[in-house]
Amino acid sequence: MNVLKAVSMPAPKRLRDLIREIRSSRTAADERAVVNKECASIRESFRDQDNTYRCRNVAKLLYIHMLGYPAHFGQLECMKLIASPRFTDKRIGYLGAMLLLDERQDVHLLITNSLKNDLGHQTQYIQSLALCTLGAICSAEMSRDLAGEVERMIKSSNAYIKKKAILCAFGIIRKVPDLMEMYIPATRSLLNEKNHGVLLTAVCLITEMSEKSPDTLHHFRKLVPQLVRILKNLIMAGYSPEHDVSGVSDPFLQVKILRLLRILGRGDAEASETMNDILAQVATNTDTSKNVGHAILYEIVLTIMGIQSEAGLRVLAVNILGRFLLNNDKNIRYVALNTLLRVVSADYNAVQRHRTTIVDCLKDPDISIRRRAVELSFALINPNNVRGMMKELLYFLETCDPEFKSDCCSNIVIAAAKYSPNKRWHIDTVLKVLTTAGNYIKGDVVTVAIQLVSETSQLHAYSVQQLYRLLSNDISQQPLAQVAAWCIGEYGELLHSATVEEEEPLQVSNDEVISLLERILANNNSSVVTKEYAITALMKLSSRFSDCSARLRQVIAQYGSSTNVELQQRSVEYSNLFVKFDNMRSALLEHMPLIEAHPHSLEENFLDGQEEVNLLADSTSSQSNGHGGNLINQPSENGDILNILSANTSPAAAPANNKSGGGAADLLDLLGDLTTDAPPVINNSVLPPAQNLLDGFLQPTPPQSNLVNGSSSLSPMAVFNKNNLLVEFTCQRANNDPTRTVIDMKATNSSVFPMLDFVFQAAVPKSFQLSLQSPSGTTIPPVNGGHITQVIQLNNPQKQPIRMRLKISYSQNGNMVNEMAEVNTFPSELWQ
Amino acid sequence: MQFMLLFSRQGKLRLQKWFSAYPDRVKKKTTRELITLVLQRKPKMCSFLEWKDLKIVYKRYASLYFCCAIENDDNELLTLEVIHRYVELLDKYFGSVCELDIIFNFEKAYFMLDEFLLGGEVQESSKKNVLKAIAAQDLLQEEETPQGFFEDHGLG
Repeated sequence: MNVLKAVSMPAPKRLRDLIREIRSSRTAADERAVVNKECASIRESFRDQDNTYRCRNVAKLLYIHMLGYPAHFGQLECMKLIASPRFTDKRIGYLGAMLLLDERQDVHLLITNSLKNDLGHQTQYIQSLALCTLGAICSAEMSRDLAGEVERMIKSSNAYIKKKAILCAFGIIRKVPDLMEMYIPATRSLLNEKNHGVLLTAVCLITEMSEKSPDTLHHFRKLVPQLVRILKNLIMAGYSPEHDVSGVSDPFLQVKILRLLRILGRGDAEASETMNDILAQVATNTDTSKNVGHAILYEIVLTIMGIQSEAGLRVLAVNILGRFLLNNDKNIRYVALNTLLRVVSADYNAVQRHRTTIVDCLKDPDISIRRRAVELSFALINPNNVRGMMKELLYFLETCDPEFKSDCCSNIVIAAAKYSPNKRWHIDTVLKVLTTAGNYIKGDVVTVAIQLVSETSQLHAYSVQQLYRLLSNDISQQPLAQVAAWCIGEYGELLHSATVEEEEPLQVSNDEVISLLERILANNNSSVVTKEYAITALMKLSSRFSDCSARLRQVIAQYGSSTNVELQQRSVEYSNLFVKFDNMRSALLEHMPLIEAHPHSLEENFLDGQEEVNLLADSTSSQSNGHGGNLINQPSENGDILNILSANTSPAAAPANNKSGGGAADLLDLLGDLTTDAPPVINNSVLPPAQNLLDGFLQPTPPQSNLVNGSSSLSPMAVFNKNNLLVEFTCQRANNDPTRTVIDMKATNSSVFPMLDFVFQAAVPKSFQLSLQSPSGTTIPPVNGGHITQVIQLNNPQKQPIRMRLKISYSQNGNMVNEMAEVNTFPSELWQ
Repeated sequence: MQFMLLFSRQGKLRLQKWFSAYPDRVKKKTTRELITLVLQRKPKMCSFLEWKDLKIVYKRYASLYFCCAIENDDNELLTLEVIHRYVELLDKYFGSVCELDIIFNFEKAYFMLDEFLLGGEVQESSKKNVLKAIAAQDLLQEEETPQGFFEDHGLG
């Protein structure tokens, strides 16, 4: 009740009382109630156009704003305060403007006008308020509108105004670099001033200009002697209480000058020469008992390393950092690590001397320090210290925060590849990464690891046995499981062979190996990719462990009903390999060819083979998911292959993924394309000979059926007619748009047996986009007793002649039939 | 310098100064995030934090944290001196400053900051000059407020 009374009373609550009241509220709800009540009364007062208390109300609003409540309704009131003649009003008004103003256009225009007026005011403190606000808001339009006023004020003889105007110019140039020109003449003479405020701000402005434009940089190079003189005066001058900070003469100015010298001396021998002496003096004479001395030394080290300084000076600089590194103050240690990283390329050996200290910082409890130390540690690895450094870094990897792990793994693997003393060590290191950082590892490490093992043929037995041991200890780490599964599949027979002398041979039976992979497959925590590696490994083992073939077959067949499409497909295809192509099985599952560092020929071969896959990958990826069942290719998998191959990054991944990727069907594709120079297919399919062979019977290409001449886009055209399977397309433009085509596919079966598990796929060149809708079914009844339809939508933004490849599979009488065809007889009306 | 925040050990914001344009939403989020990050750090740790592409330099004075965001190539150690200088200025002005002084006279704390920094850069390295400018402005304010009237018409 008291509060209510106070609100209704004429004189509004004082700022101090409001703050007190807010601070005494016990709960957040209480506080909100007080604030809401006060805001309501402030709004009312604003509405009443009350002038007397506007200042007080805005001040209260600013306090409320700091607590996080909305206060933007006070923006216009700030403008009114600014326009008031009273200094108190202006002071609060400008403060409010700086705190409350957003980028709203209308208010901006208002404030720009007020600023223009106040910049020309005769009271310096009002000019100062305007300059301060300009420096804080400094939008692009405001900068353009007020640039002239600011330039005029830089020339003022009043140092108080001058320094503020200079910093406004600094802000303006930062926002609108085009305006730099107009300030250059006025800037030239600024370094002649004695006032530290003016000098300090002038150095800021010159620094900004020099960083923004090389021409200006060149122009200001002639200021170097003057800057050197100012710096010299600073350090030679006796005690001046006004500017000293714990015995150091104006550190703010010193640091700014040192920074500007760095920019002016960079890449310029003459300028660098001019500053050598003073840099040496500052570096040796600065008192380092306090933080402020370190701040100056820190800056000077950066300058010495940034310009073309003398060798002796550089040694001095690195030694300063060495001392920093041993300092008790954490801040100074942090700065040392940070700076060493910046200078490591300039003076590698000098930094190398501090290696032990740096490595110790890896164990620091402070994350800021660790972050700097780990980066620096990687920069310091070389062939001589790689063993020791790696040990430290692997230990770090074990204990570090999760956020470091992934990058740290990748960096260790890269460094190991670069500096490894021998293969055995290299493999051990990579395996250690796999076991240590587990699931934080990025995919690239898996491919690198597989590549490494595969190319190190003399250590195949060692690697696979190690991986088996590691995997049997822990199957939860996906990257490890993937690498291990790949290697066990590939080199399974070597699990029993003798390995490097000092290692104990592995005592393991084939059944145990299979059980381990089985466990990975059955583990709910295994990722799908890991399971894919595992099932392919099991398949490969069927040719390595000939005595276990029956068990493997059974294990693989279990996943024929997996809910995961990829796994199911692999299982089904591999099972088929056992049944129908058993004679070819061992040949198909042979060892991957040894991957060399630059397997150009191999890669090209694969690239040739990929064309087909490429097309199919496009088609499958755009298919709707409702397709279900037996997709021939899994989009992501193929995408990977292509990416890897085209990016030429990791050749190892290609064969690895290939084998695991598409399974039998893919292999057939590859064989098909590799063995034939597939002549351009005209209308009906021409089967690649390899596939015919696999099908077990050679069938002459049937006579081409009626070529549709594109007369009517609506009459069906036969695109495939073989083995009693007829596929017809009925094409039309969608909405009469030449870039969009809708094709109705209809498949009929004139044989006396039904066609089961019918899957129709289509692929188009890259310039098209294709989407296949769900088919009407997967079984085509015999003797034309029914059909399957499927709608294909085609996007042809470039209006190119449509070409399409088809892939058809079905089973009939228990035989899988795979067919391919190319269609390039689409009527041109569709896209013209 | 990109911005400066003052907050209490309880995580209450006491002062915020932004030297570049940020949307309001971003300001609030940044403030919240940094307050949490800084308060989590142990007293023995260094005063620097790498946050996004900025460096956070903070220092605790009694119950208040002073926290500045600087660019990567700015001098972290000197930023500590900037913070310290600001604290000294407040101390001189209020006469051994405490958190309550800044709460109840937040506008004065802003005025002081505006005489010391402008657009994120130090504008005056002399303590005396800053305090002189503030004193002169306070005087201006006092002069235009009629005697005995201040209690009612000033900020109170």
